[in-house]
Amino acid sequence: MSLTLFNVVLAVFIAICFVGANAAYLVWCERKGAGLFQRRPGPMENGPWGLLQPPIDGLKLMTKQLLIPGGVDKAIFMVAPVLAMFPALISFVTIPFSNSIVAHPIDVGVLMIFAFAALGSMSLLVAGWGSRNKYSMISSVRAVSQTVAYEIPLMITTITIVMISGSLNLGDIVQSQLGGFWHWNIWPLQKQVGFNLLMPISFLILFVCSVAETNRAPFDLGEAESELVAGFHTEYSSMGFGLFFMGEYANIVIGACLTVILFLGGWSCPIGDLGFFPFTHNVGWFLLKIYLIIFVFIWIRWTFPRTTIYGLLNLSWKYLIPISLFNLLLTAGLLKVF
Amino acid sequence: MKIQEKTKEALSTLFADLPPSEPEPDDAEEGEKKPVPRGNGIIEQDYLLKGFHLDVQLESEQLLEAVQIIFDLGYYLESITGVDWIKDDQLEVVYDFSRYDFDLCRTVLRTRLPRSAPQLPSITPIYTGASWHERETHDFFGIIFDGHPHLVPLLLPEDADFHPLLKDFKA
Amino acid sequence: MTEPISLQPDETFVLNVGPQHPATHGVLRVKMTMDGEYIYNAETVLGYIHRMHEKMAENRTYPQFMPNMGRLDYLSAMAFNHGYALVVERACGIEVPERAEYIRVITVELNRISSHLVWLGAYVLDLGGFTPLMYCFDDREQILDLLESVTGSRLTYCYFRFGGLYNDIDDDFISGTRAFIKRMRKELKMYAKLVTGNIILMRRLKDHGPVDQDMCQRYGATGPVARGSGINYDVRRNEPYSVYPEFDFEVPVYGECDSYARYLVRMDEMEQSLRIIEQALDKLPDGPVNPKKKPKLIKPPPGDYFAAVETARGNFGIRMVSDGSKNAYRLKLRSPTYSNMHLFDEACRGMLIADALAFMGSLDLVIPEMDR
Repeated sequence: MSLTLFNVVLAVFIAICFVGANAAYLVWCERKGAGLFQRRPGPMENGPWGLLQPPIDGLKLMTKQLLIPGGVDKAIFMVAPVLAMFPALISFVTIPFSNSIVAHPIDVGVLMIFAFAALGSMSLLVAGWGSRNKYSMISSVRAVSQTVAYEIPLMITTITIVMISGSLNLGDIVQSQLGGFWHWNIWPLQKQVGFNLLMPISFLILFVCSVAETNRAPFDLGEAESELVAGFHTEYSSMGFGLFFMGEYANIVIGACLTVILFLGGWSCPIGDLGFFPFTHNVGWFLLKIYLIIFVFIWIRWTFPRTTIYGLLNLSWKYLIPISLFNLLLTAGLLKVF
Repeated sequence: MKIQEKTKEALSTLFADLPPSEPEPDDAEEGEKKPVPRGNGIIEQDYLLKGFHLDVQLESEQLLEAVQIIFDLGYYLESITGVDWIKDDQLEVVYDFSRYDFDLCRTVLRTRLPRSAPQLPSITPIYTGASWHERETHDFFGIIFDGHPHLVPLLLPEDADFHPLLKDFKA
Repeated sequence: MTEPISLQPDETFVLNVGPQHPATHGVLRVKMTMDGEYIYNAETVLGYIHRMHEKMAENRTYPQFMPNMGRLDYLSAMAFNHGYALVVERACGIEVPERAEYIRVITVELNRISSHLVWLGAYVLDLGGFTPLMYCFDDREQILDLLESVTGSRLTYCYFRFGGLYNDIDDDFISGTRAFIKRMRKELKMYAKLVTGNIILMRRLKDHGPVDQDMCQRYGATGPVARGSGINYDVRRNEPYSVYPEFDFEVPVYGECDSYARYLVRMDEMEQSLRIIEQALDKLPDGPVNPKKKPKLIKPPPGDYFAAVETARGNFGIRMVSDGSKNAYRLKLRSPTYSNMHLFDEACRGMLIADALAFMGSLDLVIPEMDR
């Protein structure tokens, strides 16, 4: 009993550290990446290559005053940022970083991640509603309709994968893709589904959905700064804002993890297990893959202008959902046939 | 020069009862002291010297009719402004019109109002864009445009009750 | 959204966009009555940085008022300088030496490009794309450096004098400008790839923000707004001033009446400005940049005078009423954005807020010029 409790505390502690460090240094990566795309150096004053910038920013945010606008429901206003951070944190518990590194392998891991992702969109609603600000209100309505619209294709695509690997356990899903990059679900090479040509498209759908789920540009309609000032976190200052910010980056990491686990073979080595260190299935490959995905996230953000809310909803309801439904049907049929 | 003559012809119907006025000799040649009050009518100005072609002075009652003529001829409204002729105890409202095509003809309509009761019909039913120009002129000169849908200060604060471009305005 | 929607006037709320809002680029306020995200009605409120330049003109001598011109439209200050110089020169009958005219054209066109670059960057920023802003400011920086070397200021120029210029340009400026033209041509191609052809941008701009010719006439819209509605109107062409007739350039006109047309007009205008500068540099005559004889005291004869120039945003007109003294009796500044912005209230009805703000950006607003 005490050992299990210790395990849980340790797991949560490590998750918090991982998420915190990721959030802080992803901001740094984001800014350096932005600098790269914009022909400028990015942060460079504090520490070598500006590496001390994130802790200094964190310190600044923590020492600032948390302003609570007049007339808001304080409880709701305060609970929203926590609600943004908390589900992302919990989701890490079930993410398998490698065969052995996983805080708590749950048999319905996929389900749990989706449950907490839905809770995350709750925080946007609560923040927008609790801010007593019309911009925040519009933004939270947008954010929730966006999340609903994109959760559907995301789930359908995930179900496709679950059907192929026959498990809701994220670890099992990766296990079924071990071997080499030709075993990954992204390629239409899996024999048991008869070379389903729609798999790469499914991957794209999942990727687009995870960009939209995390409210990243070009789908950052919730915080479209030229329309809605800062959207749902307009009224938040200090660590309230900081938590939203960290929550956003934690969600990016979750999104990238999910993409990697479902389609890119998780911790598997791309050329198969050769038996000596860098070329075994280990956590390094997993981290490499998620950071590559995150780099693409950053790349997209600094390249494209923002869509509009109707463009975004059209994309989901008119294209992504029908295609992913079709793919689900096709996969189910092929599974039956082969 | 075609449109200039066309405009002149169309506008001169307004002044049918007046004798056709000769272009006045330039003010500068007359010396500074001897302002001859100008009558209503159309003057063709030297574009190179003045920067506009037709200079029309009319009564405020004729304004809407004249603006309608101008609108039908395809002019666009450049600006509306006022001039405070405090020595004559009059306010002048100046409407500038220009054209989009290559038939260059800048037309100026001007009308004089008594300083004590500056009232003028609004041209917003014809030129929707006159709205802001009239509000601005109302701000600066206190000229009241009858029929303007929303004659509240535009550039000045919303509670402004002064008119800064009047010559007797003291800050 | 092009299909008509029926809005319910009794289920609205008022959204106060501005005076401090990222999309208004200054202190402009639009009171929007919204039905959900649709705009039911909008009312623009101006005057937050009204400084009464026209009253200042009455209290200052003619040369003293010249610096005010740079404070009106801080992005194309050179063209405003030009307009004011033109009207006073016309009134006083001052001849401008040919070299000065050419240099005026060069600087005005450089300034026009820099203004359009700021617009491009800010506009794509409005649409959520951050990166082009940095590229645009990088290019604009080259222009500012060039202009700083001859005018001494980077933004609020006061370079023109009645009859001439503050000082002559040197060889460094000429070679620098030639290098800039070469660089800018390359950059324009890059913008076409990065921004113009972007599918998201096209979707957001095409068929959005309709401004038809009738609306232009009723509101007196000029500049790229009118040219994006198929009106071939450019003061440089329609009412030639300075040495513009000497140059071979095109006035880009697009008849689609949407935001994308206005976007394309400005992109093409940069190209044309480069052509004008190139020709002006080739033809640049020698000689003085200030007239030999010029009245010591500027005292235009009584009467009223008008001059118009094409700024980056449209037709800027100055009506000057002189009573023969050394101050203007009345000086009216007809600023282009004032008329261009006015049509926003009518045109944005029934739009979604995102489209309306994209439309507002396509009008290219400079608030100090509007508020004067």
